[in-house]
Amino acid sequence: MKSIRYLEGVATIALDRERCVGCEMCVNVCPHQVFQVVNNKAQFIDREGCMECGACATNCPVEAIQVDPGVGCASLIISRWLKGKNIPSKGCC
Amino acid sequence: MMNKSYFRGKVHCVTDTGVVFLSLKNLTRIGSDTMQILPMAKAEPFTSDKGYENGDVVELAALEEVVGEEVCCGGPPAPKSNPFEQPGYKLEHYIRAFMINEKSNVALVKTRLEFADHFGTLLARIGLNRDNYRVSPGLYGTGNPQTDSPVLVTANYKLTFNTLRKELGGQDCWILVLDTCGINVWCAAGKKTFSTEELVDQVIKTDLAEKVRHRKLIVPQLGAVGIAAHKVKLQCGFRVVYGPVRAADIPAFVENDMQATEKMRRVTFTLKERFVLIPVEFYNFSRKIWWLFPLLFVLSGIGPDFFNVGGAVERGLLSSAGVILGGILGGAIMPLLLPWLPGRSFSCKGAILGFIVSMIGMLLFPEVHVLDRAGLVVAVTAISSYLAMNFTGSTPYTSPSGVEKEMKLAIPLQAGAVVVATLLWIVSPFI
Repeated sequence: MKSIRYLEGVATIALDRERCVGCEMCVNVCPHQVFQVVNNKAQFIDREGCMECGACATNCPVEAIQVDPGVGCASLIISRWLKGKNIPSKGCC
Repeated sequence: MMNKSYFRGKVHCVTDTGVVFLSLKNLTRIGSDTMQILPMAKAEPFTSDKGYENGDVVELAALEEVVGEEVCCGGPPAPKSNPFEQPGYKLEHYIRAFMINEKSNVALVKTRLEFADHFGTLLARIGLNRDNYRVSPGLYGTGNPQTDSPVLVTANYKLTFNTLRKELGGQDCWILVLDTCGINVWCAAGKKTFSTEELVDQVIKTDLAEKVRHRKLIVPQLGAVGIAAHKVKLQCGFRVVYGPVRAADIPAFVENDMQATEKMRRVTFTLKERFVLIPVEFYNFSRKIWWLFPLLFVLSGIGPDFFNVGGAVERGLLSSAGVILGGILGGAIMPLLLPWLPGRSFSCKGAILGFIVSMIGMLLFPEVHVLDRAGLVVAVTAISSYLAMNFTGSTPYTSPSGVEKEMKLAIPLQAGAVVVATLLWIVSPFI
């Protein structure tokens, strides 16, 4: 999002341009316009805008994108700290 | 008395003289808000020179007798049960008609929201029926969907379903509702209930390949987190086309040859979008902290004379007001002022807001003990900061790495502040 920004320098996303086939799926699914495809290869245009949702990595047919996906939700992270990693999803997050 | 109604049905056969027989099984009433089917016996053959063939869908007007004009008490009786009603099933109010064929019925939905929808939305937004506000998964339609009509995929949270169908007025579409356990597309995709497996499952269960000639599924863009388009294609032959983020853009998207503009692809977080989230934040907050208030009254009463009832009431109310103020600031005001508060991290934005407002409040009550006032400022700042931090889960732009980073710094500070505030509160009557 251009208007409201979150913390910088934390995103875990990585792109392997060698593998990229230029299908533009990452461009289509990214809600924050993190990618751009130039000359049949994806590149970052706003890496700091990444919210690590994982849509690009899930939809990349050649697994060229690596990201540690998750939900940026404090109460979920607190529950995980308190109850362990695999809490069942109930209600919110 | 006779009423004119409009019906749609399938031609069963046409005689040499042009008399058209409609298949009684397929006759649905259209052009009327109340969904009712013509009593079978009244579907009569009609003459036509239009050259109908078997299987053609025709629409016709028919006269229906209104029964029960003479009544002994009350008004005339309500209409008879709908033929689609079945023992143990409930016919939903948002269903307009059914499309019937040999294999299955497809429910056609209304595209205008009614009072029940708005009321349901209100309850869900407050947080009252939010966790169980759902529609049955499966295939629905709007208008009169045909084999070439687009298929829109959505979640079975009723708020989501309503948001979609109200945008489809005047359009012939199929709506494929996935079983996301009553959760919206974005959150369900994150939880992987809006998933490749569920989508493929519903495509097969609803016999979609039999109902449409094309092989395209329009999936909302925010569902992409849970769906791998290439796997869907492999598993059921349908190609996933990612549609716009907002349902309101769907008509334009379909018209634009299923090409989303950059604006349709971009997530926003406008004042209105933030505003509707506040009641749920609040509801969750109040459910978590109700036990705090009796505790505050007890703490407030402790003094040099062991326990002071007057002090318990007065300072109990004051400290409760502080907690509520912190809650309002962090849970409601901070989300509204989000873009304009300084700092990137939510806990920082909430703390600044809490500090400024409680400092002003402190100046307004000079008669309160200075330690109490200091305690209130620290407490309100901490509570506002904590609630603001929790709002990260409601936004569409905070990354888990970022949230974890800010929490590691903020939580010790918030906890420390609560301890300091409590100590100040306990100590102040003794000084």
